[in-house]
Amino acid sequence: MTTRRLPGAGAELNRDEPFTFCWNGAPVAGFSGDTVVSALLAGGHDVISRSMKYHRPRGVLTADYWDPNCMVQVGSEPNVRGAHRLAAPAMDVRAQNVWPSLRHDVKAANALVGRFLTAGFYYKTFMQPRALWPAYEHVLATFAPGGSVDLDAEPPRCDIRFAHPDVLVAGGGPAGMAAALAASRAGADVLLVDHGHRLGGHLRWGSGDDRARAAQLAAAVRAAGVEVLTDATVLGRYDGSWVGINQRTASGVWERLVKARAKCLVVAPGLIERPYVFAGNDHVGVMLSGAVRRLLNMYGVVPGERAVVFSANPDGAAAARDLRSAGVEVTVVDASTGVRLERVEGSRRRAQAAVLSDGRRLDADLIVTAIGWTAPTTLTNMAGDRPVYDEVSARFFPDRLPPDVLVAGGLAGDGSVDELVAHAHATGAMAARRGLTVRAQLRRATPRADPTVTSVPPDADEPVPLGRDPHPALFMAGSHGIVDYSEDVSSKDIVDAAAEGFDSVELVKRFTTSTMGPSQGKLETVNTVAVLAQELGTTIGRLGTTVWRPPYAPVSLGALAGRNDIPRRVSALQDWHDKHGAVPLHAGNWLRPDHYGDPAAEAANVRNAVGVIDVTPLGKLDLCGPDVADLLELVYVNRWRKLAVGAVRYGVMCTEDGIVMDDGVTARLADQRYLMTTTSSGAAAVWEWLERWLQQERPQWDVRVTPVTPAYTSINVAGPRSRELVAGLVDDIDVSPDGFPYMQVRTGTVAGVGDCVLLRIGFTGELSYELHVPAGFGLHVWEALLATGAALGIRPFGVEAQRILRLEKGHFIVGQDTDGLTRAASAGLGGLVKLDKADMVGRPELGWAAARTDLPMLVSILTDDPSVVPVEAAQIVEPGTNAIRGRITSSRMSPTLGRSVCLGQVDAALAHPGCALTIRLPGGAQVGARVHDQPAFVDPEGVRLRG
Amino acid sequence: MLLVVCPHCGPRDAGDFHYLGATSPRPDPATVTEQAWRTYLHLRANVGGWQHETWYCRACRQHVVLERNTLTNEFRDPPVDPLGGVR
Repeated sequence: MTTRRLPGAGAELNRDEPFTFCWNGAPVAGFSGDTVVSALLAGGHDVISRSMKYHRPRGVLTADYWDPNCMVQVGSEPNVRGAHRLAAPAMDVRAQNVWPSLRHDVKAANALVGRFLTAGFYYKTFMQPRALWPAYEHVLATFAPGGSVDLDAEPPRCDIRFAHPDVLVAGGGPAGMAAALAASRAGADVLLVDHGHRLGGHLRWGSGDDRARAAQLAAAVRAAGVEVLTDATVLGRYDGSWVGINQRTASGVWERLVKARAKCLVVAPGLIERPYVFAGNDHVGVMLSGAVRRLLNMYGVVPGERAVVFSANPDGAAAARDLRSAGVEVTVVDASTGVRLERVEGSRRRAQAAVLSDGRRLDADLIVTAIGWTAPTTLTNMAGDRPVYDEVSARFFPDRLPPDVLVAGGLAGDGSVDELVAHAHATGAMAARRGLTVRAQLRRATPRADPTVTSVPPDADEPVPLGRDPHPALFMAGSHGIVDYSEDVSSKDIVDAAAEGFDSVELVKRFTTSTMGPSQGKLETVNTVAVLAQELGTTIGRLGTTVWRPPYAPVSLGALAGRNDIPRRVSALQDWHDKHGAVPLHAGNWLRPDHYGDPAAEAANVRNAVGVIDVTPLGKLDLCGPDVADLLELVYVNRWRKLAVGAVRYGVMCTEDGIVMDDGVTARLADQRYLMTTTSSGAAAVWEWLERWLQQERPQWDVRVTPVTPAYTSINVAGPRSRELVAGLVDDIDVSPDGFPYMQVRTGTVAGVGDCVLLRIGFTGELSYELHVPAGFGLHVWEALLATGAALGIRPFGVEAQRILRLEKGHFIVGQDTDGLTRAASAGLGGLVKLDKADMVGRPELGWAAARTDLPMLVSILTDDPSVVPVEAAQIVEPGTNAIRGRITSSRMSPTLGRSVCLGQVDAALAHPGCALTIRLPGGAQVGARVHDQPAFVDPEGVRLRG
Repeated sequence: MLLVVCPHCGPRDAGDFHYLGATSPRPDPATVTEQAWRTYLHLRANVGGWQHETWYCRACRQHVVLERNTLTNEFRDPPVDPLGGVR
């Protein structure tokens, strides 16, 4: 066993809480504080995964969140970062992307054909013939990396929080903590976010003194009232210092997305240790100095027996020290002597020896490299900066930052912990001043806010810039090795890409997929640039780096979506619908009864007796003022000035480009008061539309628009016996055919409820009354209608029956039978458009459209075979060529006629009664049909409607 | 995510607004040519810099004309309303 636990060591562990969990079905011991991978290593399991392409055995590389070889499946959750996720009792952890097992992986045969799996292999090999792509795809999918998704698993709960800190500090190392502390002391509201499970950054895997320093700073941060989010990652920075944070450990939810409007952002992510490129650099047992120190100092895990440490900086020396005190035999290869690590030899299980440039071969099961750093300039890059490469310190630095973004820690420069803390302290004070200045500006820009509440602290001193330590430029040995561990991209692939003519980092990245795996360039970007620069004979500085894009770390779609409970709008009758077996229909934000079990019978009952439907979602706008008629003339295509009090008129609205936008009826209730109805889905848009015309184009008009959609419970009473029913419930309205004719409105009392509005209109094609009842009494009136109607054969009907009925009548629905290109004339409304009006919305377009004869038309269609109901959106085609000539927009089996009925849009040439059509059904079958000679299939004369 | 400065409500997240684009004065529909009308409907200068644009604030239900720098996303203070005054 080459890895083991050191007794008593491991600062993150609580030895009083031991437990076991499962690794590929076998028990593994761990302690509270262990990550999955630290516990696995402690138990001697050093192979964690197989690599993506060649299925080579892989072990720990970085021992942190970014470790590309430590992705595991935990229960039903795939792609868990095993070196970051804390182990827990009874956790079910499995290796992923292996078959049949981690130890014996059949796909390792890929390695034998490895020379064929070079960059661009998939692009080139599977391009031709195109017809075979579905077959290729099927096979390739089984080779796709990643865990498996359990479709039966309960989706986890996630949510979203909004935060408005004055200063947001990304990174909770010594610099981040010092900046947060200083900002908080200067009076700012501070949010401190760290990727790890605890504050401390690199001090957590340092010496005992380092950890004491971290604990002291963390205590001060909390005492100062800074809000701290751990196990949380700043995902990106957007316009207006809008910062997204993924909080992986949050109470009550699985993941939480924090949307923070930071007024000043301090970026202090530290530095990421960069791997070294050499042959054999992906053997199990090759790891970075940071991994060794994390394993030893945080988890008490000794990662090998005999170590070679190739060191170019103090962190390598520290790792060697830590290993020696853990009893490991260590040989240090100091890069300053000019000797290089050349390659590593090993078995399929583990590294066995390091070969040096001076020819020495050192037996070792642990090869450690400490060759330099990558500066994660992601957030500064997203703030508009392009990082600049510094030859002396061999890493990128931010260049020009906007005033609301500051940097601290390793991103700003080098120094002792004290120097980093001092610099960050000054940076934090500066951030507080800038953040509070922005807060004061925002308050000043807010009417009614008290600007005196915010005070801005006095001028802070500019932080004294940190120095930059020289560092040797070490990227690649004289042999080829892995550059991107996630994607199995080697330096040879990058050299090949250069040979094919790729000379830009961005293109090489896409061609080789280097930096495109789960670690997203954190480990491999600079090495990719370095290998390419060497091959092209240029410098890293000249090539530049790829653009870092959000998200910095993966975020689940669940967290982006937030809570899965969308607020639903319901009418006052929804409980009644639920109790009476209504099948719900989600229509926009509304929940509606689709039907109560048998929509065809519900529709037939409306034709034969009487039915009631809850139409509360119908948009309703109360229009008040002396200029309402002018507004209606402007927004509707037809005339409105002569609409008498007590009358109702149908209207169509078009947009300025002449496209049908909405339709509905408007009733004149009094001299200066109208009730406009809109489609259910268009209610909000029409309200905004009216306000736009009133506010921007006709500000001199006096019209008040009040949305009253939910203020009324709206009930449509439809059917030949609806008059008898309504007559039985009103006493102050004359409902006789002469007293309350078609297209009239009355106000009065229904079932004892006053202030009701009754419209005699008929979307269903039957005699019908639309009742708008004050919502608080909606249920009372609904139940009164059902009780009184019992003797008349009443039954409630749902949206589906209404759709059948309106289709039988040939009434179209805006958005269903019309689309974003449908002009008024196309919908058969040409006669409604009054072009002699001085102005109306879209008037010029409506005029030009009226002269055209080439517009597609909405027509009623009957299939030759009455039993065929073509699906909605089925194409109408030219027989033979299958050229598209139109489409079915609505189709249903008509219970009244015992046959199918359709509406459809067809080319102008086909839009004449009797014209033969060919409908192409999904799957390719074709059926014949004819354009009907009337818009309506049932009662084309409108006798029932007007009766 | 833009921070849009409503003259009535103050700076708010762009999600609280409906963006209606760069303002485009409506030609006289009685005399307009097809080309001029279609320009009003569809063609915008797409300037890099300061432009007048219309935002509908869902908080106060007002359409406001604001001046924004499309390069920096700054809003110019005070907002300009070509119809005269803030309503």
